[in-house]
Amino acid sequence: MTVTVRLFASLRERTGSSTITRTVADGTTSGDLVAALCSDFPALAGAGRFAIAVNSEYTDRDHALRDGDEVALIPPVSGGAGAA
Amino acid sequence: MIRLTADPIAIDDLLQAVADPAAGAVVLFIGTTRDHNEGRSVERLEYEAYHGMAEREIEKIAAEARERWKIAHLAVVHRTGVVPIGSASVAIAASAAHRADAFAAARFAIDRLKEVVPIWKKEFFEGGAVWIGDQACRVGRWEEAPDARGGDAADDAAAGGEAAAGTTGSSSAGR
Repeated sequence: MTVTVRLFASLRERTGSSTITRTVADGTTSGDLVAALCSDFPALAGAGRFAIAVNSEYTDRDHALRDGDEVALIPPVSGGAGAA
Repeated sequence: MIRLTADPIAIDDLLQAVADPAAGAVVLFIGTTRDHNEGRSVERLEYEAYHGMAEREIEKIAAEARERWKIAHLAVVHRTGVVPIGSASVAIAASAAHRADAFAAARFAIDRLKEVVPIWKKEFFEGGAVWIGDQACRVGRWEEAPDARGGDAADDAAAGGEAAAGTTGSSSAGR
């Protein structure tokens, strides 16, 4: 099955990609995918903390992926303005 | 009214969006870009959003605000792209019959926005730039990359099930 990975902010810059398409085996979890990505992009390893969202919903590493899912790696958010 | 925009935020639009004859109060919060941070002189800020998810997360915040306080309307607009110093990067308006509810809902909305809405800020200063992200772990969702400084689970009280993932990528550690 095929999933799309979205990368933002520091993770996008570290990998040089904002969108990656990957083919993964049935039964792959979001955590499996993150581990595979960290192998492919050593710059992701050591990127610090990030959250995982599947199809625009926060989830965890145990989320079983389905064909066509959009998986986003979300570094700590910082919207708003300053420490206002 | 929930909107991300690359254009300057039109405050009047927010006020119109929350106008209501039953409202006795409108609270308007404007977050503006500051020219200094942690001792650095900031030249400009740039915001990046996960469009789609960001709006959905703001919708959830608005729904929760409506459950918790008796508000008439809530409007949230966040700017994206380069925002010059001194400009509005986010604006929130809340209207309610009584001011206490409007204040509380607006305060909740900006605080929660900064915790969960996938929008990132890059700070440009003389000699460099850095992505700001000091809200890490606040909601227990931010996990360590598999290779990075593992064993930090104490910060992740709500992030169950990551023990197995903690060692998955260790083969590429130490590069």
